[in-house]
Amino acid sequence: MTKSKSALLVGVGGQGAILTAKVLVNGLMKAGYDVKMSEVHGMSQRGGSVSTQVHWGEKVNSPVIGKGAADIIVAFEKMEAVRYADYLKPDGVVVINDYEMASSSIAAGLAQYPEGCLEAMESHFRCHVLKAEEIAHSLGSAKCMNIVLFGSMVKALHMEDVVDWETVIAETVPEKFRELNLKAYRAGYDAVER
Amino acid sequence: MDRHLLSGNEAIARGAYEAGVKVCSAYPGTPSTEVFEELPKYKDSLYCEWAPNEKVATEVAYGASIAGVRSLCAMKHVGVNVAADPIFTAAYNGVGGGFVIVSADDPSMHSSQNEQDNRYYARSAKIPMIEPADSQECLDFIKAAYDISEKFDVPVLYRTTTRVAHSKSLVTFGERTEHEAAPYVRNTRKYIAAPANAYMNHPMLEKTLEDLAAYGCTSPLNKVEMNGTKIGVITASIAYYYAKDAFPEDTSFLKLGLTYPLPMDLIRDFASKVEKLYVIEELEGFMEDQIKAAGIDCIGKELTGKLYELNPQLIRERVFGDKAPTVDVGVKAVSRPPALCPGCPHRGFFYTMSRHKDFVVAGDIGCYTLGGSAPLNALDSVVCMGGGFTVAMGMAKAFEMSGVTGKKVFGVLGDSTFFHSGMTGAAEIIYNKGNVIPVVLDNSITGMTGHQDNPGSGYNLQGDIAESLKIEDILKAYGYKNVIIVDPQDLAAMEKAVQDAVNSEVPAAIITRRPCLLIKRIKHDIGKCSVDTDKCIGCKRCLGVGCPAVIVENKKARIDRDQCVGCTVCAQVCPMGAITREEK
Repeated sequence: MTKSKSALLVGVGGQGAILTAKVLVNGLMKAGYDVKMSEVHGMSQRGGSVSTQVHWGEKVNSPVIGKGAADIIVAFEKMEAVRYADYLKPDGVVVINDYEMASSSIAAGLAQYPEGCLEAMESHFRCHVLKAEEIAHSLGSAKCMNIVLFGSMVKALHMEDVVDWETVIAETVPEKFRELNLKAYRAGYDAVER
Repeated sequence: MDRHLLSGNEAIARGAYEAGVKVCSAYPGTPSTEVFEELPKYKDSLYCEWAPNEKVATEVAYGASIAGVRSLCAMKHVGVNVAADPIFTAAYNGVGGGFVIVSADDPSMHSSQNEQDNRYYARSAKIPMIEPADSQECLDFIKAAYDISEKFDVPVLYRTTTRVAHSKSLVTFGERTEHEAAPYVRNTRKYIAAPANAYMNHPMLEKTLEDLAAYGCTSPLNKVEMNGTKIGVITASIAYYYAKDAFPEDTSFLKLGLTYPLPMDLIRDFASKVEKLYVIEELEGFMEDQIKAAGIDCIGKELTGKLYELNPQLIRERVFGDKAPTVDVGVKAVSRPPALCPGCPHRGFFYTMSRHKDFVVAGDIGCYTLGGSAPLNALDSVVCMGGGFTVAMGMAKAFEMSGVTGKKVFGVLGDSTFFHSGMTGAAEIIYNKGNVIPVVLDNSITGMTGHQDNPGSGYNLQGDIAESLKIEDILKAYGYKNVIIVDPQDLAAMEKAVQDAVNSEVPAAIITRRPCLLIKRIKHDIGKCSVDTDKCIGCKRCLGVGCPAVIVENKKARIDRDQCVGCTVCAQVCPMGAITREEK
């Protein structure tokens, strides 16, 4: 068995999970880890549920994990946290964006958005819940929500010593959004307790 | 040394560049597309293009090989079905410059219509197959593939899967080595696939396969990792890494990179050194069946199964009965299926089709496959690229022969698919007097695979302006005397176009024309719609257009401002005029 760690970033197509994974991976590479990352393109991108897996350690074999194997889930939307909950180790950690996006069937009134997503997750796992969308709005743009969540993830996983994440963010995001994303990272870091 | 985080596809492109490849042709298809999206980076050293379809791509690359240069073509697994004809004969003829065919399979069908295992193509076409397991191997092995292609005078099938093609891992680059083509000399004995030549080529090909099987026993592509004698695992591709995670540390591995023809002497030797032998592979028992047929005892598919992707946890569970504990949180997530984007030009067309219960609509592969989803439910079938027109033709002939009246048959496909294999179907309908209305949903791009150019889009893969073929001119040349071009977002015009086509006394065809909103080089007219809740009566008619931005809450319609782009299709179906587009 390897002592590698794996993170699952889940959300809805277009929420920016892939950029978040890129920041994470760039930092891990800089810190000298072996890293593998898996995402699926194509049909599933069109408004569907998306997941990106990042797996790191001294030496990583599989880029993907199965159920019961993730150390952390970062959920960009709260129903997505529930959807992927069985991928988490029972002692895993979850960062959840307290944010709701209706699926097409919910929007059409054919299904109900499930009640109690946050409570269900909190009663089973160590959870860090934040309103990343509101925080991002208050910083000037909902677009930096993904980096807010990333800041929370770094704190939740005690990853601040891995690398200087602010430098990694500055190097990864486009220059004109640099300041915004650095603020987002700090705000996300401060938004959760450990 | 510099490490780069690359997807398998990006690494294949890099490897092809380093191998000195000069001519590359492909048709986009998930999960193979990014190989060719990456190649223009190296356009100072090589030529790369999007071809109209996979057969064309394969023939172009093979032609380049005959002329002596190293060449590449790439496609998704079902693309190889389209390209099979030239591949099988190229195997008999052999190559000039090295010739590699990338096939990206899609276990679990993340973005595909079937789960076919293309390893059988290597066996059936009698060509060697190489399977990389991660991005570094994607780069390194393709260089080996060119050497093998030239040394053994045969095309090479380079097979990846979604997880190999789309996973990212660390890669170290090498340098490009130019491959100098020998001066071209006509060789009719080799390259004219006439029966007499083919008759002589077949036994030569059988000999090549024997040589390759022997080569595989010493090739660095196949490696033995002896860690113990209790358990041995024979594996390849991404399944190698899954097995590495799932099996105990004292497990020995025979990790194959050259998986056809199998190096049976090496396998026999490995089998003799371990007490228990497993074969771990995704999808079919391709290796296992051959190994068993060679009289070597092994365990595989009876435990791992032949459906869908594997992963380390599934292997642990299926091989060792060791299921990882999971938590059921007791709340069930509602499914989130993909849908046509807000503002998708296809929506107006499918909404119009959905209003007519007497319409039979044969669809095709692309974003417009989503026209078959609820609430539009506007498709009867989707089979394959180009099948929209021709499946419709067969259905129409069946209705004719069995006396079914009162049905109107439409065949539907997109602009890129029209050039791919829709044109032959359009000819078929005219030539054989089909009672079918062909419809081309022209959004000016190859959409679902992520916006690749095509012969109608006006640009080529290198980013240069190209001749833009006019679909209407082609249809008119075929004999469609009534070609109706319509903006599908204008529902009244769309309905009129359909009625005009149905009532036409001469052969009619419809082109719905509006560019995909995601095309970056076009300036789109983006706006927002909103609902006047005083006027809204909660009839939910607007939900019938299946737009992700239209929501009904507390019995009133609401438009999600973050998603809405102001296409007004929902507004056009509102009987109360409650939805309007806001003035800027």
